[in-house]
Amino acid sequence: MELLKNLTQCDAPSGNETTVTELIKNVACEYADEIYTDTLGNLIVHKKGNGKKIMYAAHADEIGIVVTYIDKDGFLRFSDVGGLYTKKLFSRKVRFLNGVIGIIGSEKENDKNSMAKMYIDIGATSAEEAEKMVSVGDMAVFVGEYDKQGDRIISKALDNRCGCYVLLEALKRVKSDNDLYFCFTSQEEVGLRGARTCAYEIDADYAIAVDVTDVGDTPKCDKNACKLGEGAAIKVMDYSVICSREVREKLVSLAKENDVKYQMEVMTEGGTDAGVMLISRDGVLTGGISIPTRYIHSPCEMIDKKDLENCITLAVLFAENA
Amino acid sequence: MLIEKTKKLTEINGVSGDEGAVREYIKSQISEYADQVFTDTMGNIIALKKGNSEKKVMLSAHMDEVGFIVSGITEKGYIEFKSVGGIDTRVIISKKVTIGKKRVKGIIGMKAIHLQKRAERESVPQLKELYIDIGASSKDEALKHVSLGDYIAFETTAEILGSDTLKAKAIDDRAGCAILMELMKKPVVYDTYFCFTTQEEVGLRGARICAHRIEPDIALVVESTTCSDVYGYEEHEYVTNMGGGAVVTFMDRTTIVENSFRKWLYDSAKNNSIPVQYKRTTAGGNDCGRIHLAKGGVRAASVSVPCRYLHSPCGLASITDINAVYKLAEMFLDKICEVI
Repeated sequence: MELLKNLTQCDAPSGNETTVTELIKNVACEYADEIYTDTLGNLIVHKKGNGKKIMYAAHADEIGIVVTYIDKDGFLRFSDVGGLYTKKLFSRKVRFLNGVIGIIGSEKENDKNSMAKMYIDIGATSAEEAEKMVSVGDMAVFVGEYDKQGDRIISKALDNRCGCYVLLEALKRVKSDNDLYFCFTSQEEVGLRGARTCAYEIDADYAIAVDVTDVGDTPKCDKNACKLGEGAAIKVMDYSVICSREVREKLVSLAKENDVKYQMEVMTEGGTDAGVMLISRDGVLTGGISIPTRYIHSPCEMIDKKDLENCITLAVLFAENA
Repeated sequence: MLIEKTKKLTEINGVSGDEGAVREYIKSQISEYADQVFTDTMGNIIALKKGNSEKKVMLSAHMDEVGFIVSGITEKGYIEFKSVGGIDTRVIISKKVTIGKKRVKGIIGMKAIHLQKRAERESVPQLKELYIDIGASSKDEALKHVSLGDYIAFETTAEILGSDTLKAKAIDDRAGCAILMELMKKPVVYDTYFCFTTQEEVGLRGARICAHRIEPDIALVVESTTCSDVYGYEEHEYVTNMGGGAVVTFMDRTTIVENSFRKWLYDSAKNNSIPVQYKRTTAGGNDCGRIHLAKGGVRAASVSVPCRYLHSPCGLASITDINAVYKLAEMFLDKICEVI
């Protein structure tokens, strides 16, 4: 699991995926026939075959913030990169891509609902000092260390480095004559952007998004059938997609036949790369394999190792049997 | 020349979906400078100026402006209407508009202050409470001048305030159109497609199919953007400063601009003494959002003119800034080999 740890601790907000895609490239190179990066920053790992063309997509980016203004006293103003819960930002620690640490503050105690009233404190005492440390347009991500406790894993950016991990493990294990594209996509968190151009170029027969999904197994939370530790989640739908029935049923039958623990996923909020792959060009048969995750978009997201293993097995089975 | 052209363009009406008059004017002015001029199914003008054909460059500015459309005519001859594009109701009351191709004059009306209840005075009226008065006294009379579906535009005379400020409607994005038209007079390094796009204000629609057709190697969107450096705002809320120079976007709701490209634009402007500033918010979006996602992806950025009171009958922009955006776009074309 050292790989998963390293993946989560890369700082790669949307549009700045290079640090994580470089790591992935180094791991993937010995298993791939071809690796390249495209215009949007997607990393495409191609394992050639003569059969069906299958595109797997796991987004490499994570949520973060971007600096919009530096004031005369060295405080930074910022905007969100991807979906942030404004109310939960106060006193969070963030890290810029050059390592500078900042703390999110708010002008007044009751201003925590408005990003315009919040700022980032990097310890600078003047604009000049701050400008030596960061620039307008620079991005930062949450600080959130990697912890393991029993089968549970806690870290920032498990959304979606655990999906990247699933793809990398599947790449290592798969034995198939199908033409496989493992795509580590960019800019998912800001609008499913990388997967869109990536899917267009690849023009696949099948597409599978591997991403995290919400769960409903914590005290008095909103109802959701997915639970941590109850298996790979086979996507039925989310806000961006209704998965192709053919793919969904294939995944279910593969799971049943091979004793892979699974559960069905219906996510009412949030979209995934599946949404843009489904409607790429003339349409692509699309499904999703999801990792049940608690506290998504926080510095301490939580997953279960057993689910991860089931997701890998299912991804491999689909690649070998589609 | 550039400012005169901008003024002229702003006084033409071209609400989203009804860009015909703007298109005809632009076509009449650019044909002598283009190797090929083509109008596509959505009414986008694609004008090719040939250079080295190894690479394709796309420049884009949208022709459409925000406005309204006639949705009904009352028995008494008042015009009911809906907005086309994002418009704040507060800025339109008592404003002069023109309707349809014949430019029938009208006033956006509402109940006079004497008749309003206290609560009405303290709240923002909804669009459906407003109407346009064209001086007709019956439905039949109104129908002689106006039809359902006619487009409505603000009526504003373009003029210069003080020494450096242009007042006009539709600076967003006729300033961009004027800049592209002027740039077409110069030779280009690579095959360069000057695109005057439609329906940006209702969802970045025209640019999408333009980019799909052209498949450029690189694209620059020339736009107008929010400027809120006015009374009652704190500095970190200004977004841009009027007179502060050309605006380079690092991120908005539709695009994260590739770091190397936007830094090149910003730094090259600085090095060439072109006034430049970043857009200091991530709100809003423009054609860049569609262009960079065309087909397999396109490297794209935008440079904009800061414009106060955007999407209102009277926008203000600095002549210095319009010239700065022109210079930055010109530099992009001249030094394209450094960035393509």
